[in-house]
This record gives sequence, C-alpha cells and structure tokens, in this order.
Amino acid sequence: MASPSDRTFWEYLTHISENQSPLDFVLVIDHIDKFFYGAIVTLEITALSLLIGGILSIPLAIARAYKHPLFNRPIWCYTYFFRGTPLLVQTYLIYYGLAQFDFVKESFLWDPILSKAWWCAVIVFSLNTAAYTAEFLRGAIENTPRGEIEAARACGMSHKRVMFRIILPSTFRRALPAYSNEVIFMLHSSVVLSTITIQDILGVGRWLNGRYYLAYEGFITAMMFYMILVFIISRGFRLWEHYWLAHLRPRTNQHA
Amino acid sequence: MKLKKFVGMTIATLFMFGAANVQADQLRVGVEGAYPPFSWKEADGTLMGFDIDFAHEVCKRLNKECVLVEQEWDGMIPALLAKKFDTIIASMSITEERKKKVDFTIKYYNTPAKLVAKKNPGFEGTAAGLKGKRLGVQRATTHQCSAEKLYPGAELVLYATQEEVFQDLASGRLDAQLSDSLQAQEGFLGLDAGSDFAFLGSGIDDVECQGVGAGFAVRKEDSALRDALSQAIKDIRSDGTYKVMNNKYFPVDIYGAD
Repeated sequence: MASPSDRTFWEYLTHISENQSPLDFVLVIDHIDKFFYGAIVTLEITALSLLIGGILSIPLAIARAYKHPLFNRPIWCYTYFFRGTPLLVQTYLIYYGLAQFDFVKESFLWDPILSKAWWCAVIVFSLNTAAYTAEFLRGAIENTPRGEIEAARACGMSHKRVMFRIILPSTFRRALPAYSNEVIFMLHSSVVLSTITIQDILGVGRWLNGRYYLAYEGFITAMMFYMILVFIISRGFRLWEHYWLAHLRPRTNQHA
Repeated sequence: MKLKKFVGMTIATLFMFGAANVQADQLRVGVEGAYPPFSWKEADGTLMGFDIDFAHEVCKRLNKECVLVEQEWDGMIPALLAKKFDTIIASMSITEERKKKVDFTIKYYNTPAKLVAKKNPGFEGTAAGLKGKRLGVQRATTHQCSAEKLYPGAELVLYATQEEVFQDLASGRLDAQLSDSLQAQEGFLGLDAGSDFAFLGSGIDDVECQGVGAGFAVRKEDSALRDALSQAIKDIRSDGTYKVMNNKYFPVDIYGAD
C-alpha cells in the first residue's frame, strides 16, 4: 500500500466492502491479527487441557477396566457427572459459582488460580476431557485380545510389564480414531471460553461484532478459523494413524 | 409424496409465522432484560423496569399493541436490522458509530458514565492510574468504546451482560469497571453486594463514544416511525408522565439538560 495507485485500489476495495459486499471483508482483514491471537488462546487452552486430561485418564481407565475395589465406583460417579452435564454449566459453576463463597475467595488457591478465567477453564476442560477419554480407554483396555495377554504371560512377563508393554500400547493404537473425535469435540467445546471473558477465536468474533454492531462478520471469520484448525487436526491424526496402525493396513504392493 | 406434503406444510407454516409478525397494529420492541433498574426479568419471566414502562407508555400513545422481544445486548442492532423487532428501547446511547447502522429518536434520558472500584482502591481513575489494571465493561456498549479509547493501558475484560461485570467486580476478579453511573448506583452500589465499592472519579467526558443520551433505535427506512416515537417522547416529557415514571425508579430527574 505504498504507492498512490495501490492506495486508491485499497480505498476502492474498502468502499465495495462497506457498501456493496454482504460481508465487510476489509474490516475483517484489518482485525485479522486479533483472530490469530484468539486462535493461539484457543489452541493453548485446548492443548493443555487435552494433555492434562489425557494423562489423568490413563490411571482412571485402568482402575475402571479392572474394577478396582476402592476406586471403581467413585471414578464411575466422576465420569458420569462430567459426561452427563453440559460443559457450559460446569464452566459457569467453577467460574461464577465458586466466586460466590468467601472461603473460596480467602483460600490460597484464589489469587493464583481460581480468580483467573484462564485457569478455571483449564481445570474444567481437563476434568471434562479426562472423563470422556477414561471411558473409551476403558472400553479399549477391556477389548484387548486375550491371546496377546496370554502370550505375554507365557513369555514370563510380570503383570506390570504386560500392562506397559502389551495392553497400553495396543489400547492406544485402537483408541486413536476415537481420540481424534475427542480432540475435535474439545476444540468445538472451547467456544465456552468466550462466555467467561476469555478472548478466544469466538471471543474475538464477538468483540468485532460488538465493536462495529455487525451481525455475522465476526462469526463467519471465527467459523473459518475453526474449520481450518479442524482440517489440520484431522489431517494430523490421519498421518498418526497411518504410522501407528500400519500393521492393520492391507498390503497393497506386495504379494503375501 | 408424504415427504413433499410435509415440506410444503412446513414452508406454509413458516410463511404464516412470517405474516403474523408484521401486523400493522403491533409495535415490536427489542428489550434487554438484564440491566436493572432500566430492565430486568422477574422470576416468572415478566419484564420490568424504566425502559419497559417507557415502551408500554409509547405503545399506548401510538395506539399499538406492545410486543416485547427479548434480545441479548450484543446482537441488538443486528436483530433490529434483521426485522426481529421494529424499535429498540433498551437504554441505547445515541452515537455516531451506531448512526451508521440505524436511526435514533430524540433522547429519553441522559446520565454520565463513571468508573466503579473498591473504596480507596489505591489508584486513580485515569489512563495512568488504570495502566495494567483489569477493567471490566459490557461488550458492544459505549463503555467498551470509551474504555478502549481513554484507558489504552488497562487490561480490558468483556462481558455479555452488565450483571456479570458487577459479579466479577464483587468477587475481586476486576480492579474497576466502567458503566452508566445511574445504573451502577441502582443496580450495584446501592445493594449489599456493592457496599464495599464506590465511584472512582466523576463522570467521564467522551461525547464521541458516549453520545448524547439514550434514544430508541429504528431502521433507517422507518423515518415515519422514528418521528412518531420522538413525538411520543416529547409528549411524555411535557405532560408530566415522565416525572411519574422517573420517580418510580430514581430519586433524581434522569432526563439531563433539555
């Protein structure tokens, strides 16, 4: 936009964008950097929650699959609660609900963690995804082929070794396609962030709509960002499956 | 065949609803319902408040049946443009930015915007004082505009409703908030939850963002409706009805300078 002719063209585009186009695209381009910051916030919180929730879900799934006498019931209650109630309500409960109690506000957790919308979101999202992940990991553990375990036992592996060398690797492989859905659902669910003041992708979209009194420019831009992110994530998982589940693919270029 | 019939009926029903929405003897008014004492919702869903009373009074004078349509604040102008209702009576300030999209009647009240913070907060209500402080405002308001302009160093936190702003101010998540002074007094400072809080400084001076008072918004092509509404406001002000409605909610006259 240095030369005068360029500037005229830009002004021409701006004019079209403001007056004729159904979507004011120049306005969106002017604020596109904010959407990128929003995308970073969305990805940061989603990724961190998936990481924490993923790690948390493994012991929970094992305890559920082997019906641990002490932990099985409480974990069932936990997963039932988080899978049985909407994420939005869970988030409100932690963010607005806890803030009503003085003992929470006076506790040592308030200043560094619970007063911050960012941490409230990470806590709720982690617990939520851990509940979903634990349940389908449990299913995958229970469906481990008996033969694989018997073979490992016959080779003299201890219970612990069977778990870490045979059951868990096999479980992760079989759970991978289901997990890619969980990651995409989590990304979609992350729009809840904008309701507790966090400027995620949708938050920026709502800010733009609010700032210029628009109906859908912000939403459509946000939608495109989510679509691109989902495209990248599902592509990534396809590659991962290609690599991890290679032994399940039919051979194509070789004779048996 | 069955499916075709079903689709046809569905479309016909939709058209019927569409037709029912544009009856000439109705005035559909967009209201918010989360901005006490101007508008709030009782537990049974009834809408109450100064804006709501005003809407009913105006409808009466225009000989129209009032249909109140609730709308989230940040979608208010888009919903008006999408013809979900014909006018907005929701304490909307008349600003240049909004005039690009909609037309306004004359003002029906004008009160200054002020900052609210803890009593003796240890900082001043200036750009320097609020630097790095968490400042809450309701999204898509004149206060968002002013906050972005006057306090660029503050960390701006946006909320969907004014009630949520006060909630987070009370819980200590915000250092300060900017909103209409009268609404802040009646909806927060005068209540138990707001007893530890006070105005920080006097009313802000920012006509560009704050506009010249609150008016009713209409679509640009509805100039006849706009003029009729303006006339109704004038009549309400001059014949004393305004004073009665005003005194029901406020200890002072909120009309501002004539």
